[in-house]
Amino acid sequence: MKLAIEVKGLRKSFGGQTVLGGVDISVAEGEIYALLGPNGAGKTTLINILTTLVPADGGSARIAGYDVASEGGKVKQSISLTGQFAAVDEMLTAEENLRMMCRLSGMTAAESKRRTEELLRRFDLSGAARKRVKTFSGGMRRRVDLAISLVASRPVLFLDEPTTGLDTVSRRALWDIIAELKASGMTIFLTTQYLEEADQLADRIGVVNGGRIVAEGTAAELKARVGGEVIELTSEREQWSRTVATTGSVQDIGRVLNALAPTLPPDTQVTIRRPSMDDVFIALTHQTSEVSVS
Amino acid sequence: MNPTLSPLNPPSAAATNAVFIRRSLTLSLRNTESLLMAIILPVMLMLLFTYVFGGAIAPGGDYANYVVPGIILLCAGYGAATTAVDVSTDMTNGIIDRFRTMPIRSLSVVTGHVAASLARNLVATGVVIGVALLVGFRPNGTFVEWVAALGVIVLFILTLTWLYAAIGLVAGSPSAASGYGFILLFLPYLSSAFVPIDTMPDWLRGVARHQPITPLIETIRGLLLGTPVGDNAWIGAVWCAGLILIALVWCGAAFRKRAGRR
Ligand SMILES: Nc1ncnc2c1ncn2[C@@H]1O[C@H](COP(=O)(O)OP(=O)(O)OP(=O)(O)O)[C@@H](O)[C@H]1O
Ligand SMILES: [Mg+2]
Repeated sequence: MKLAIEVKGLRKSFGGQTVLGGVDISVAEGEIYALLGPNGAGKTTLINILTTLVPADGGSARIAGYDVASEGGKVKQSISLTGQFAAVDEMLTAEENLRMMCRLSGMTAAESKRRTEELLRRFDLSGAARKRVKTFSGGMRRRVDLAISLVASRPVLFLDEPTTGLDTVSRRALWDIIAELKASGMTIFLTTQYLEEADQLADRIGVVNGGRIVAEGTAAELKARVGGEVIELTSEREQWSRTVATTGSVQDIGRVLNALAPTLPPDTQVTIRRPSMDDVFIALTHQTSEVSVS
Repeated sequence: MNPTLSPLNPPSAAATNAVFIRRSLTLSLRNTESLLMAIILPVMLMLLFTYVFGGAIAPGGDYANYVVPGIILLCAGYGAATTAVDVSTDMTNGIIDRFRTMPIRSLSVVTGHVAASLARNLVATGVVIGVALLVGFRPNGTFVEWVAALGVIVLFILTLTWLYAAIGLVAGSPSAASGYGFILLFLPYLSSAFVPIDTMPDWLRGVARHQPITPLIETIRGLLLGTPVGDNAWIGAVWCAGLILIALVWCGAAFRKRAGRR
Protein backbone atom coordinates (compact mmCIF):
# COMPACT_ATOMS: atom_id res chain seq x y z
CA MET A 1 0.00 0.00 0.00
CA LYS A 2 1.48 3.33 -1.02
CA LEU A 3 1.06 6.23 1.36
CA ALA A 4 -0.13 9.57 0.07
CA ILE A 5 0.32 11.28 3.42
CA GLU A 6 2.74 10.15 6.08
CA VAL A 7 3.04 12.21 9.24
CA LYS A 8 5.40 11.20 12.06
CA GLY A 9 5.77 12.86 15.45
CA LEU A 10 4.77 16.24 14.07
CA ARG A 11 5.07 19.06 16.59
CA LYS A 12 4.21 22.74 16.48
CA SER A 13 4.02 25.43 19.14
CA PHE A 14 3.04 29.07 18.92
CA GLY A 15 4.88 30.97 21.61
CA GLY A 16 4.58 28.77 24.68
CA GLN A 17 1.37 27.11 23.50
CA THR A 18 1.78 23.58 22.15
CA VAL A 19 -0.72 23.15 19.34
CA LEU A 20 0.51 19.84 17.93
CA GLY A 21 2.33 17.60 20.38
CA GLY A 22 3.46 14.68 18.26
CA VAL A 23 0.92 13.78 15.60
CA ASP A 24 1.16 10.55 13.57
CA ILE A 25 -1.10 9.96 10.60
CA SER A 26 -0.88 7.71 7.58
CA VAL A 27 -3.25 8.06 4.66
CA ALA A 28 -3.15 5.56 1.82
CA GLU A 29 -3.41 6.60 -1.81
CA GLY A 30 -7.01 7.00 -2.83
CA GLU A 31 -8.29 7.17 0.72
CA ILE A 32 -10.53 9.84 2.25
CA TYR A 33 -9.31 10.78 5.69
CA ALA A 34 -11.36 13.07 7.93
CA LEU A 35 -9.86 14.93 10.83
CA LEU A 36 -12.28 15.72 13.61
CA GLY A 37 -11.57 17.94 16.55
CA PRO A 38 -13.01 20.75 18.61
CA ASN A 39 -12.28 24.41 17.81
CA GLY A 40 -8.64 25.22 18.37
CA ALA A 41 -7.55 21.57 18.29
CA GLY A 42 -4.92 22.33 15.65
CA LYS A 43 -6.63 21.04 12.53
CA THR A 44 -5.86 24.10 10.43
CA THR A 45 -2.34 24.22 11.79
CA LEU A 46 -1.78 20.62 10.69
CA ILE A 47 -3.14 21.35 7.21
CA ASN A 48 -0.94 24.44 6.97
CA ILE A 49 2.12 22.36 7.75
CA LEU A 50 1.17 19.61 5.30
CA THR A 51 0.61 22.17 2.54
CA THR A 52 4.01 23.85 3.16
CA LEU A 53 2.47 27.09 4.42
CA VAL A 54 3.91 26.82 7.92
CA PRO A 55 7.09 25.03 9.00
CA ALA A 56 6.82 22.37 11.72
CA ASP A 57 8.93 22.53 14.87
CA GLY A 58 9.71 18.82 14.86
CA GLY A 59 8.80 15.48 13.35
CA SER A 60 8.34 14.83 9.65
CA ALA A 61 5.64 14.85 7.03
CA ARG A 62 5.72 13.41 3.53
CA ILE A 63 3.14 14.02 0.83
CA ALA A 64 3.15 11.69 -2.17
CA GLY A 65 6.59 10.60 -0.98
CA TYR A 66 8.04 14.13 -0.82
CA ASP A 67 9.19 15.78 2.39
CA VAL A 68 7.23 18.97 3.12
CA ALA A 69 10.25 20.70 4.65
CA SER A 70 12.92 19.91 2.07
CA GLU A 71 10.97 19.16 -1.13
CA GLY A 72 8.34 21.89 -1.00
CA GLY A 73 8.35 22.35 -4.76
CA LYS A 74 7.48 18.70 -5.43
CA VAL A 75 4.89 18.75 -2.67
CA LYS A 76 3.21 21.78 -4.24
CA GLN A 77 2.98 19.92 -7.53
CA SER A 78 1.16 17.09 -5.76
CA ILE A 79 -1.41 19.01 -3.73
CA SER A 80 -4.20 21.49 -3.84
CA LEU A 81 -5.81 23.21 -0.90
CA THR A 82 -9.13 24.74 -0.04
CA GLY A 83 -8.43 26.58 3.16
CA GLN A 84 -10.85 27.27 5.96
CA PHE A 85 -11.42 30.83 4.76
CA ALA A 86 -12.25 31.61 1.18
CA ALA A 87 -9.12 32.41 -0.82
CA VAL A 88 -10.52 34.10 -3.89
CA ASP A 89 -9.89 37.41 -5.54
CA GLU A 90 -12.96 39.44 -4.73
CA MET A 91 -12.40 42.08 -7.38
CA LEU A 92 -12.22 39.49 -10.16
CA THR A 93 -15.14 37.54 -11.56
CA ALA A 94 -15.58 33.83 -10.89
CA GLU A 95 -14.44 33.12 -14.42
CA GLU A 96 -11.36 35.33 -14.12
CA ASN A 97 -10.42 33.72 -10.82
CA LEU A 98 -10.57 30.28 -12.37
CA ARG A 99 -8.73 31.26 -15.52
CA MET A 100 -5.98 32.87 -13.50
CA MET A 101 -5.52 29.72 -11.43
CA CYS A 102 -5.55 27.57 -14.57
CA ARG A 103 -2.76 29.66 -16.04
CA LEU A 104 -0.81 29.55 -12.78
CA SER A 105 -1.15 25.78 -12.82
CA GLY A 106 0.62 25.66 -16.14
CA MET A 107 -2.26 25.36 -18.62
CA THR A 108 -2.32 27.09 -21.97
CA ALA A 109 -4.91 29.78 -22.64
CA ALA A 110 -7.11 27.35 -24.58
CA GLU A 111 -6.90 24.66 -21.91
CA SER A 112 -7.65 27.26 -19.25
CA LYS A 113 -10.76 28.40 -21.04
CA ARG A 114 -12.06 24.87 -21.46
CA ARG A 115 -11.29 23.84 -17.91
CA THR A 116 -12.84 27.01 -16.50
CA GLU A 117 -16.10 26.41 -18.36
CA GLU A 118 -16.16 22.83 -17.18
CA LEU A 119 -15.67 23.81 -13.54
CA LEU A 120 -18.19 26.66 -13.68
CA ARG A 121 -20.78 24.23 -14.96
CA ARG A 122 -19.91 21.61 -12.43
CA PHE A 123 -20.17 23.98 -9.49
CA ASP A 124 -23.36 25.53 -10.79
CA LEU A 125 -21.71 28.90 -11.30
CA SER A 126 -22.21 29.38 -15.04
CA GLY A 127 -24.93 31.96 -14.45
CA ALA A 128 -22.75 34.08 -12.17
CA ALA A 129 -19.49 33.51 -14.04
CA ARG A 130 -19.13 37.11 -15.15
CA LYS A 131 -19.98 38.69 -11.82
CA ARG A 132 -17.36 39.86 -9.37
CA VAL A 133 -16.89 37.46 -6.48
CA LYS A 134 -17.32 40.44 -4.14
CA THR A 135 -21.05 40.32 -4.88
CA PHE A 136 -21.38 36.58 -4.16
CA SER A 137 -23.06 34.98 -1.18
CA GLY A 138 -20.93 33.01 1.26
CA GLY A 139 -21.95 29.70 -0.26
CA MET A 140 -21.21 30.82 -3.82
CA ARG A 141 -17.82 32.09 -2.75
CA ARG A 142 -17.12 28.73 -1.17
CA ARG A 143 -18.02 27.01 -4.42
CA VAL A 144 -15.64 29.23 -6.38
CA ASP A 145 -12.98 28.43 -3.82
CA LEU A 146 -13.55 24.71 -4.20
CA ALA A 147 -13.65 24.92 -7.96
CA ILE A 148 -10.28 26.66 -7.89
CA SER A 149 -8.69 23.89 -5.88
CA LEU A 150 -9.82 21.37 -8.47
CA VAL A 151 -8.33 23.28 -11.37
CA ALA A 152 -5.23 21.15 -11.73
CA SER A 153 -6.46 17.80 -10.35
CA ARG A 154 -3.47 17.11 -8.16
CA PRO A 155 -3.27 13.68 -6.53
CA VAL A 156 -3.74 14.92 -2.95
CA LEU A 157 -6.51 17.33 -2.01
CA PHE A 158 -6.73 19.15 1.32
CA LEU A 159 -10.09 20.54 2.36
CA ASP A 160 -10.29 22.53 5.59
CA GLU A 161 -13.94 22.53 6.63
CA PRO A 162 -15.17 22.46 3.03
CA THR A 163 -18.87 22.50 3.80
CA THR A 164 -18.99 25.05 6.60
CA GLY A 165 -21.44 27.71 5.55
CA LEU A 166 -23.04 25.66 2.79
CA ASP A 167 -26.75 24.90 2.77
CA THR A 168 -27.92 21.30 2.76
CA VAL A 169 -28.30 21.10 -1.00
CA SER A 170 -24.85 22.51 -1.69
CA ARG A 171 -23.37 20.29 0.97
CA ARG A 172 -24.85 17.18 -0.61
CA ALA A 173 -23.64 18.33 -4.00
CA LEU A 174 -20.15 18.71 -2.61
CA TRP A 175 -20.28 15.28 -1.03
CA ASP A 176 -21.12 13.86 -4.44
CA ILE A 177 -18.17 15.66 -5.95
CA ILE A 178 -15.86 14.38 -3.23
CA ALA A 179 -17.10 10.84 -3.82
CA GLU A 180 -16.42 11.22 -7.55
CA LEU A 181 -12.96 12.56 -6.92
CA LYS A 182 -12.24 9.58 -4.75
CA ALA A 183 -13.48 7.27 -7.47
CA SER A 184 -10.97 8.88 -9.81
CA GLY A 185 -8.16 7.93 -7.43
CA MET A 186 -7.60 11.18 -5.59
CA THR A 187 -6.51 11.15 -1.95
CA ILE A 188 -8.54 13.55 0.17
CA PHE A 189 -7.65 14.90 3.59
CA LEU A 190 -10.44 16.93 5.10
CA THR A 191 -11.37 18.49 8.39
CA THR A 192 -14.92 18.95 9.40
CA GLN A 193 -17.15 20.04 12.24
CA TYR A 194 -19.96 17.87 10.93
CA LEU A 195 -19.72 14.38 12.29
CA GLU A 196 -22.31 13.15 9.84
CA GLU A 197 -20.02 14.33 7.08
CA ALA A 198 -17.09 12.33 8.41
CA ASP A 199 -19.39 9.36 8.86
CA GLN A 200 -20.68 9.58 5.28
CA LEU A 201 -17.53 10.44 3.40
CA ALA A 202 -14.46 9.22 5.16
CA ASP A 203 -12.78 5.85 4.87
CA ARG A 204 -11.00 6.65 8.09
CA ILE A 205 -11.49 9.25 10.78
CA GLY A 206 -8.92 10.70 13.15
CA VAL A 207 -10.00 12.55 16.23
CA VAL A 208 -7.55 15.21 17.34
CA ASN A 209 -7.63 16.73 20.79
CA GLY A 210 -5.04 18.45 22.90
CA GLY A 211 -2.53 18.32 20.07
CA ARG A 212 -2.67 14.54 19.64
CA ILE A 213 -4.64 11.98 17.67
CA VAL A 214 -6.74 10.45 20.43
CA ALA A 215 -8.57 7.93 18.29
CA GLU A 216 -8.46 6.70 14.73
CA GLY A 217 -10.46 4.24 12.71
CA THR A 218 -13.51 3.79 10.53
CA ALA A 219 -16.74 5.36 11.71
CA ALA A 220 -17.94 1.90 12.82
CA GLU A 221 -14.77 1.24 14.79
CA LEU A 222 -15.00 4.57 16.56
CA LYS A 223 -18.63 4.02 17.42
CA ALA A 224 -17.76 0.62 18.81
CA ARG A 225 -15.23 2.24 21.10
CA VAL A 226 -17.92 4.26 22.78
CA GLY A 227 -19.74 1.12 23.80
CA GLY A 228 -22.68 -1.01 22.89
CA GLU A 229 -25.66 1.25 23.44
CA VAL A 230 -26.23 4.78 24.57
CA ILE A 231 -29.00 5.63 27.01
CA GLU A 232 -30.58 8.97 26.38
CA LEU A 233 -32.58 10.50 29.20
CA THR A 234 -34.84 13.47 28.48
CA SER A 235 -37.19 15.50 30.56
CA GLU A 236 -39.61 17.60 28.49
CA ARG A 237 -40.75 19.63 31.42
CA GLU A 238 -37.30 20.61 32.60
CA GLN A 239 -35.85 20.97 29.07
CA TRP A 240 -33.06 18.67 30.14
CA SER A 241 -31.29 15.75 28.54
CA ARG A 242 -28.37 13.53 29.20
CA THR A 243 -26.63 10.63 27.44
CA VAL A 244 -24.83 7.76 29.14
CA ALA A 245 -22.82 5.05 27.40
CA THR A 246 -23.33 1.47 28.42
CA THR A 247 -22.02 -1.89 27.33
CA GLY A 248 -25.50 -2.73 26.10
CA SER A 249 -26.02 -5.61 28.53
CA VAL A 250 -29.24 -5.79 30.53
CA GLN A 251 -27.25 -5.71 33.76
CA ASP A 252 -25.30 -2.62 32.82
CA ILE A 253 -28.35 -0.70 31.60
CA GLY A 254 -30.23 -1.69 34.75
CA ARG A 255 -27.35 -0.61 36.97
CA VAL A 256 -27.10 2.80 35.28
CA LEU A 257 -30.84 3.42 35.43
CA ASN A 258 -31.08 2.33 39.07
CA ALA A 259 -28.19 4.53 40.05
CA LEU A 260 -29.60 7.56 38.28
CA ALA A 261 -33.32 7.15 38.93
CA PRO A 262 -33.48 9.01 42.27
CA THR A 263 -31.81 12.09 40.77
CA LEU A 264 -33.95 12.32 37.63
CA PRO A 265 -36.95 14.61 37.09
CA PRO A 266 -40.20 12.64 37.45
CA ASP A 267 -41.20 12.93 33.74
CA THR A 268 -37.86 11.58 32.42
CA GLN A 269 -38.17 9.38 29.32
CA VAL A 270 -35.55 6.87 28.33
CA THR A 271 -34.43 5.82 24.85
CA ILE A 272 -31.74 3.33 24.04
CA ARG A 273 -29.86 3.71 20.76
CA ARG A 274 -26.63 2.93 18.96
CA PRO A 275 -23.93 5.54 19.55
CA SER A 276 -23.75 8.31 16.95
CA MET A 277 -20.65 10.13 15.80
CA ASP A 278 -21.64 12.90 18.20
CA ASP A 279 -21.32 10.52 21.12
CA VAL A 280 -17.95 9.41 19.82
CA PHE A 281 -16.77 12.95 19.44
CA ILE A 282 -17.93 14.05 22.86
CA ALA A 283 -16.52 10.97 24.53
CA LEU A 284 -13.14 11.24 22.86
CA THR A 285 -12.67 14.94 23.31
CA HIS A 286 -14.06 14.97 26.87
CA GLN A 287 -16.15 17.97 26.16
CA THR A 288 -18.54 16.87 28.88
CA SER A 289 -18.28 14.25 31.57
CA GLU A 290 -21.72 12.94 30.78
CA VAL A 291 -20.53 10.12 28.57
CA SER A 292 -17.77 7.79 29.61
CA VAL A 293 -15.78 5.64 27.21
CA SER A 294 -16.10 2.03 28.17
CA MET B 1 -14.65 16.15 -15.04
CA ASN B 2 -11.70 13.90 -15.56
CA PRO B 3 -9.09 14.27 -12.87
CA THR B 4 -6.18 12.80 -14.68
CA LEU B 5 -3.48 12.54 -12.08
CA SER B 6 -0.74 13.51 -14.48
CA PRO B 7 0.85 16.59 -12.92
CA LEU B 8 1.01 19.65 -15.12
CA ASN B 9 4.36 21.29 -15.55
CA PRO B 10 4.56 24.48 -13.50
CA PRO B 11 4.37 27.67 -15.58
CA SER B 12 7.59 29.50 -16.40
CA ALA B 13 8.62 32.53 -14.35
CA ALA B 14 7.73 34.76 -17.29
CA ALA B 15 4.27 33.22 -17.63
CA THR B 16 3.71 33.55 -13.88
CA ASN B 17 4.69 37.21 -13.96
CA ALA B 18 2.45 37.81 -16.94
CA VAL B 19 -0.53 36.35 -15.08
CA PHE B 20 0.12 38.49 -12.01
CA ILE B 21 0.74 41.66 -14.02
CA ARG B 22 -2.50 41.13 -15.82
CA ARG B 23 -4.29 40.56 -12.54
CA SER B 24 -2.89 43.74 -10.98
CA LEU B 25 -3.73 45.80 -14.05
CA THR B 26 -7.29 44.50 -13.96
CA LEU B 27 -7.53 45.32 -10.26
CA SER B 28 -6.16 48.81 -10.92
CA LEU B 29 -8.76 49.44 -13.60
CA ARG B 30 -11.57 48.18 -11.35
CA ASN B 31 -10.51 50.27 -8.40
CA THR B 32 -12.23 53.27 -9.93
CA GLU B 33 -11.75 55.62 -6.98
CA SER B 34 -8.00 55.15 -6.95
CA LEU B 35 -7.85 55.37 -10.68
CA LEU B 36 -9.80 58.59 -10.72
CA MET B 37 -7.58 60.02 -8.00
CA ALA B 38 -4.51 59.04 -9.98
CA ILE B 39 -5.75 61.21 -12.83
CA ILE B 40 -7.43 64.07 -10.98
CA LEU B 41 -4.66 64.57 -8.44
CA PRO B 42 -1.99 65.49 -10.99
CA VAL B 43 -4.35 68.02 -12.56
CA MET B 44 -5.22 69.54 -9.17
CA LEU B 45 -1.61 69.71 -8.02
CA MET B 46 -0.48 71.22 -11.28
CA LEU B 47 -3.14 73.93 -11.12
CA LEU B 48 -2.60 74.49 -7.39
CA PHE B 49 1.11 75.04 -7.70
CA THR B 50 1.03 77.18 -10.83
CA TYR B 51 -1.91 79.43 -10.00
CA VAL B 52 -2.17 79.45 -6.19
CA PHE B 53 1.42 79.16 -4.97
CA GLY B 54 3.17 80.15 -8.17
CA GLY B 55 2.57 83.86 -7.78
CA ALA B 56 4.06 83.96 -4.31
CA ILE B 57 6.95 81.61 -4.98
CA ALA B 58 8.02 83.03 -8.34
CA PRO B 59 6.49 86.49 -8.80
CA GLY B 60 8.09 86.77 -12.24
CA GLY B 61 5.78 84.01 -13.59
CA ASP B 62 7.50 81.01 -15.21
CA TYR B 63 6.88 78.87 -12.13
CA ALA B 64 5.28 76.19 -14.31
CA ASN B 65 8.63 75.47 -15.90
CA TYR B 66 10.29 75.18 -12.53
CA VAL B 67 7.68 73.03 -10.84
CA VAL B 68 6.72 70.41 -13.47
CA PRO B 69 9.49 67.89 -12.66
CA GLY B 70 8.59 68.15 -8.98
CA ILE B 71 4.89 67.56 -9.64
CA ILE B 72 5.68 64.53 -11.79
CA LEU B 73 7.62 62.95 -8.95
CA LEU B 74 5.06 64.00 -6.34
CA CYS B 75 2.26 62.34 -8.32
CA ALA B 76 4.35 59.26 -8.85
CA GLY B 77 4.69 59.16 -5.08
CA TYR B 78 0.94 59.24 -4.55
CA GLY B 79 0.32 56.72 -7.31
CA ALA B 80 2.93 54.31 -6.01
CA ALA B 81 1.61 54.51 -2.46
CA THR B 82 -1.42 52.43 -3.51
CA THR B 83 1.01 49.55 -4.00
CA ALA B 84 1.56 49.30 -0.23
CA VAL B 85 -2.18 48.91 0.28
CA ASP B 86 -2.58 46.45 -2.61
CA VAL B 87 0.27 44.25 -1.40
CA SER B 88 -0.92 44.36 2.19
CA THR B 89 -4.45 43.44 1.13
CA ASP B 90 -3.15 40.39 -0.68
CA MET B 91 -1.01 39.37 2.27
CA THR B 92 -3.80 39.62 4.82
CA ASN B 93 -6.34 37.88 2.59
CA GLY B 94 -6.34 34.09 2.23
CA ILE B 95 -5.41 34.35 -1.45
CA ILE B 96 -1.70 34.52 -0.70
CA ASP B 97 -1.91 31.08 0.93
CA ARG B 98 -3.46 29.73 -2.22
CA PHE B 99 -0.59 31.13 -4.32
CA ARG B 100 1.93 29.78 -1.86
CA THR B 101 0.62 26.24 -2.15
CA MET B 102 1.01 26.33 -5.93
CA PRO B 103 4.27 25.42 -7.64
CA ILE B 104 5.05 29.01 -8.59
CA ARG B 105 7.29 31.76 -7.27
CA SER B 106 4.61 33.44 -5.21
CA LEU B 107 6.60 36.65 -4.71
CA SER B 108 5.57 37.32 -8.32
CA VAL B 109 2.28 38.56 -6.95
CA VAL B 110 4.24 41.59 -5.74
CA THR B 111 5.93 41.98 -9.10
CA GLY B 112 2.46 42.21 -10.62
CA HIS B 113 1.55 45.10 -8.34
CA VAL B 114 4.81 46.88 -9.14
CA ALA B 115 4.19 46.60 -12.87
CA ALA B 116 0.65 47.91 -12.48
CA SER B 117 1.94 50.83 -10.42
CA LEU B 118 4.39 51.66 -13.17
CA ALA B 119 1.60 51.66 -15.75
CA ARG B 120 -0.70 53.81 -13.59
CA ASN B 121 2.02 56.30 -12.84
CA LEU B 122 3.10 56.64 -16.43
CA VAL B 123 -0.48 57.57 -17.29
CA ALA B 124 -0.46 60.11 -14.46
CA THR B 125 2.85 61.48 -15.74
CA GLY B 126 1.30 61.90 -19.17
CA VAL B 127 -1.58 63.82 -17.60
CA VAL B 128 0.80 66.09 -15.67
CA ILE B 129 2.79 66.89 -18.77
CA GLY B 130 -0.38 67.51 -20.77
CA VAL B 131 -1.80 69.93 -18.20
CA ALA B 132 1.63 71.50 -17.73
CA LEU B 133 1.84 72.31 -21.43
CA LEU B 134 -1.55 74.03 -21.18
CA VAL B 135 -0.52 76.21 -18.23
CA GLY B 136 2.77 77.41 -19.63
CA PHE B 137 5.33 74.60 -19.43
CA ARG B 138 7.78 75.23 -22.29
CA PRO B 139 10.33 72.41 -22.43
CA ASN B 140 13.14 72.59 -24.98
CA GLY B 141 14.51 69.03 -24.77
CA THR B 142 15.38 67.01 -27.87
CA PHE B 143 13.78 63.64 -28.50
CA VAL B 144 16.74 61.87 -26.92
CA GLU B 145 16.52 64.10 -23.86
CA TRP B 146 12.82 63.32 -23.52
CA VAL B 147 13.53 59.61 -23.67
CA ALA B 148 16.25 60.02 -21.05
CA ALA B 149 13.90 62.04 -18.82
CA LEU B 150 11.28 59.31 -19.18
CA GLY B 151 13.94 56.80 -18.15
CA VAL B 152 14.64 58.82 -15.00
CA ILE B 153 10.93 58.95 -14.20
CA VAL B 154 10.54 55.20 -14.72
CA LEU B 155 13.53 54.57 -12.47
CA PHE B 156 12.01 56.78 -9.78
CA ILE B 157 8.59 55.12 -9.99
CA LEU B 158 10.15 51.66 -9.73
CA THR B 159 12.29 52.65 -6.75
CA LEU B 160 9.40 54.12 -4.86
CA THR B 161 7.02 51.31 -5.78
CA TRP B 162 9.39 48.60 -4.57
CA LEU B 163 9.80 50.51 -1.31
CA TYR B 164 6.04 50.72 -0.98
CA ALA B 165 5.76 47.01 -1.76
CA ALA B 166 8.14 46.27 1.12
CA ILE B 167 6.07 48.51 3.38
CA GLY B 168 2.97 46.60 2.31
CA LEU B 169 4.69 43.32 3.20
CA VAL B 170 5.71 44.38 6.71
CA ALA B 171 2.54 46.32 7.61
CA GLY B 172 0.03 44.42 9.70
CA SER B 173 -3.01 45.61 7.74
CA PRO B 174 -3.85 47.58 4.61
CA SER B 175 -4.67 50.68 6.64
CA ALA B 176 -1.38 50.46 8.53
CA ALA B 177 0.36 50.12 5.17
CA SER B 178 -1.33 53.25 3.96
CA GLY B 179 -0.27 55.06 7.15
CA TYR B 180 3.42 54.10 6.95
CA GLY B 181 3.43 54.86 3.25
CA PHE B 182 2.51 58.44 3.97
CA ILE B 183 6.00 59.16 5.31
CA LEU B 184 7.61 58.74 1.89
CA LEU B 185 5.22 61.32 0.45
CA PHE B 186 6.97 64.08 2.35
CA LEU B 187 10.29 63.60 0.59
CA PRO B 188 9.44 65.70 -2.48
CA TYR B 189 8.57 68.68 -0.29
CA LEU B 190 12.01 68.53 1.33
CA SER B 191 13.79 68.74 -2.01
CA SER B 192 14.39 71.25 -4.75
CA ALA B 193 11.01 70.27 -6.25
CA PHE B 194 9.07 73.39 -5.30
CA VAL B 195 11.59 75.97 -4.15
CA PRO B 196 15.34 76.25 -4.75
CA ILE B 197 17.40 74.74 -1.93
CA ASP B 198 19.21 78.07 -1.37
CA THR B 199 15.99 79.56 -0.01
CA MET B 200 15.78 76.97 2.79
CA PRO B 201 17.26 77.36 6.30
CA ASP B 202 20.78 75.94 6.69
CA TRP B 203 19.83 72.76 8.54
CA LEU B 204 17.23 71.85 5.93
CA ARG B 205 19.60 72.38 3.03
CA GLY B 206 21.66 69.38 4.13
CA VAL B 207 18.56 67.18 4.15
CA ALA B 208 17.33 68.51 0.82
CA ARG B 209 20.69 68.00 -0.89
CA HIS B 210 21.31 64.52 0.41
CA GLN B 211 18.15 62.76 -0.60
CA PRO B 212 17.27 61.05 -3.88
CA ILE B 213 14.58 63.42 -5.10
CA THR B 214 16.74 66.50 -5.54
CA PRO B 215 19.26 64.96 -7.98
CA LEU B 216 16.43 63.30 -9.94
CA ILE B 217 14.54 66.56 -10.24
CA GLU B 218 17.66 68.47 -11.27
CA THR B 219 18.33 65.80 -13.89
CA ILE B 220 14.84 66.03 -15.33
CA ARG B 221 15.06 69.83 -15.33
CA GLY B 222 18.38 69.69 -17.09
CA LEU B 223 17.07 67.28 -19.74
CA LEU B 224 13.80 69.09 -20.47
CA LEU B 225 14.68 72.71 -19.78
CA GLY B 226 18.42 72.90 -20.42
CA THR B 227 19.58 73.79 -16.90
CA PRO B 228 22.96 72.27 -15.91
CA VAL B 229 22.73 68.58 -14.96
CA GLY B 230 26.21 68.20 -13.49
CA ASP B 231 26.72 65.19 -11.24
CA ASN B 232 23.00 64.91 -10.56
CA ALA B 233 22.33 62.20 -13.16
CA TRP B 234 24.70 59.63 -11.72
CA ILE B 235 23.99 60.60 -8.10
CA GLY B 236 20.29 60.07 -8.76
CA ALA B 237 20.95 56.77 -10.53
CA VAL B 238 23.09 55.51 -7.65
CA TRP B 239 20.39 56.50 -5.15
CA CYS B 240 17.73 54.64 -7.12
CA ALA B 241 19.85 51.56 -7.74
CA GLY B 242 20.79 51.40 -4.07
CA LEU B 243 17.22 51.85 -2.87
CA ILE B 244 15.82 49.30 -5.33
CA LEU B 245 18.39 46.79 -4.13
CA ILE B 246 17.49 47.45 -0.50
CA ALA B 247 13.77 47.27 -1.29
CA LEU B 248 14.16 43.96 -3.17
CA VAL B 249 16.14 42.33 -0.38
CA TRP B 250 13.67 43.72 2.15
CA CYS B 251 10.71 42.40 0.13
CA GLY B 252 12.26 38.94 -0.13
CA ALA B 253 12.98 38.77 3.60
CA ALA B 254 9.63 40.23 4.63
CA PHE B 255 7.78 37.82 2.33
CA ARG B 256 9.51 34.79 3.79
CA LYS B 257 9.05 35.96 7.36
CA ARG B 258 5.44 36.83 6.80
CA ALA B 259 4.82 33.51 5.15
CA GLY B 260 5.91 31.42 8.13
CA ARG B 261 3.58 33.26 10.44
CA ARG B 262 0.34 32.31 8.83
N1 LIG C 1 -0.20 32.04 13.73
C1 LIG C 1 -0.56 31.71 14.98
N2 LIG C 1 -0.02 32.33 16.03
C2 LIG C 1 -0.36 31.99 17.30
N3 LIG C 1 -1.24 31.04 17.61
C3 LIG C 1 -1.81 30.37 16.61
C4 LIG C 1 -1.51 30.67 15.24
N4 LIG C 1 -2.24 29.84 14.46
C5 LIG C 1 -2.96 29.08 15.29
N5 LIG C 1 -2.72 29.39 16.58
C6 LIG C 1 -3.31 28.74 17.76
O1 LIG C 1 -3.24 27.36 17.60
C7 LIG C 1 -4.40 26.71 18.07
C8 LIG C 1 -4.96 25.82 17.00
O2 LIG C 1 -5.46 26.60 15.94
P1 LIG C 1 -6.06 25.98 14.63
O3 LIG C 1 -6.49 27.09 13.77
O4 LIG C 1 -5.09 25.01 14.05
O5 LIG C 1 -7.32 25.20 15.20
P2 LIG C 1 -8.49 24.46 14.41
O6 LIG C 1 -8.50 23.06 14.92
O7 LIG C 1 -8.34 24.64 12.96
O8 LIG C 1 -9.75 25.22 14.97
P3 LIG C 1 -11.14 25.58 14.23
O9 LIG C 1 -12.00 24.36 14.31
O10 LIG C 1 -11.69 26.67 15.06
O11 LIG C 1 -10.84 26.00 12.84
C9 LIG C 1 -5.35 27.82 18.50
O12 LIG C 1 -5.31 27.90 19.91
C10 LIG C 1 -4.77 29.07 17.89
O13 LIG C 1 -4.97 30.15 18.73
MG1 LIG D 1 -9.44 25.55 11.53
